[in-house]
Amino acid sequence: MDTEVIKTETWAELLYDSLRELGITIFCYVPDAGHRVLIERSISDNNVISVPLTTEEEGVALLAGAHLGGKRGVLLMQSSGVGNCINMLSLINAGRFPFLTIVSMRGDFGEQNPWQLPMGQAVEPCLMAMDTLCLRIETREDIPSTTEAATQMAYKSDQSVAILLSQKLIGAKPF
Amino acid sequence: MSSDFSLDRRSAVPAVIGNPADFLIIGGLSGSAKDVGSLTNESPNVYLLGGAMGAAVTMGLGLALAQPTRRVLVVSGDGEFLMNSGSLATVAYMKPANLSLLCVDNGCYGETGNQVSATSRSTDLELIARGSGIDHACTVQTGSEFAAASKLLRHPDGPSFVLLRVNNGPPPDYRRNFDAVETKAAFRRNCL
Repeated sequence: MDTEVIKTETWAELLYDSLRELGITIFCYVPDAGHRVLIERSISDNNVISVPLTTEEEGVALLAGAHLGGKRGVLLMQSSGVGNCINMLSLINAGRFPFLTIVSMRGDFGEQNPWQLPMGQAVEPCLMAMDTLCLRIETREDIPSTTEAATQMAYKSDQSVAILLSQKLIGAKPF
Repeated sequence: MSSDFSLDRRSAVPAVIGNPADFLIIGGLSGSAKDVGSLTNESPNVYLLGGAMGAAVTMGLGLALAQPTRRVLVVSGDGEFLMNSGSLATVAYMKPANLSLLCVDNGCYGETGNQVSATSRSTDLELIARGSGIDHACTVQTGSEFAAASKLLRHPDGPSFVLLRVNNGPPPDYRRNFDAVETKAAFRRNCL
């Protein structure tokens, strides 16, 4: 992707285009404001299967099933959803399934809602305890390269990988 | 326990599934894995879970979405269906025509000492499936209903759901493979 495109696209548009270029065709999610643009793009994309979940852990199992059937997908979730996924990551670890998730961070840089802090601050230690690699994105310029790195580590090396979108990138919600 | 839990799962599950080669099968943990493993000898169209309770239904959904021309069957127990009953809503929302769900409902947690589950007191999983939006659903309590249930699992316009009421006797005596990497690789070699 050339630098002119990077300058004119929003970070979310850029992220969606990067995922699509890497062969991701299943997007599953619990609706989240940070992922709003990606969710809307996935719904209107005729070449993508867009799956709203009732809880984030469904997405972990769904992507493992999709891998059995030969498709690449991504789980979009807010940091609070990470806590809902922990035991389900046993399936990913035990079966060495590829797993790619993009976590929009709350309870992070500049958070104004105290309810978001406990899980937000626990995201990395929890994911690392379940052998999920964490790659953090703080600037728009890092999106194409980090997305490609994470996707290749997941789908070529059968790793469990999370991209954490910092509140430095997406902004802290005002209250 | 009410009298409608009378069937023996060791004969009822094979009768309702019919020819397992008609499906790609996800088997839920513990008793259901033994039901399916014993029936198929873990042929490569079968993936059995050994943990991650709650995974089976959405794993089957992901497989059904990735392989829309193959028929996918999820077999699991009332405990797992109760744990993630929201996944029935997710299935109904996506409406995959090629996905069927078989709940082996013995009204208890057989793996951990037969503690009663909500289905033997108050909860009807067929009604939860219907309420979630899965219209093709039935409950099986006697052998005379096996043929209709077997047909429902092959409904061309799924998803479909069969609640198979069985007694709290043991699943088949079967030693299943717990190597989740090996079985994944075998499944993908066969499927892709």
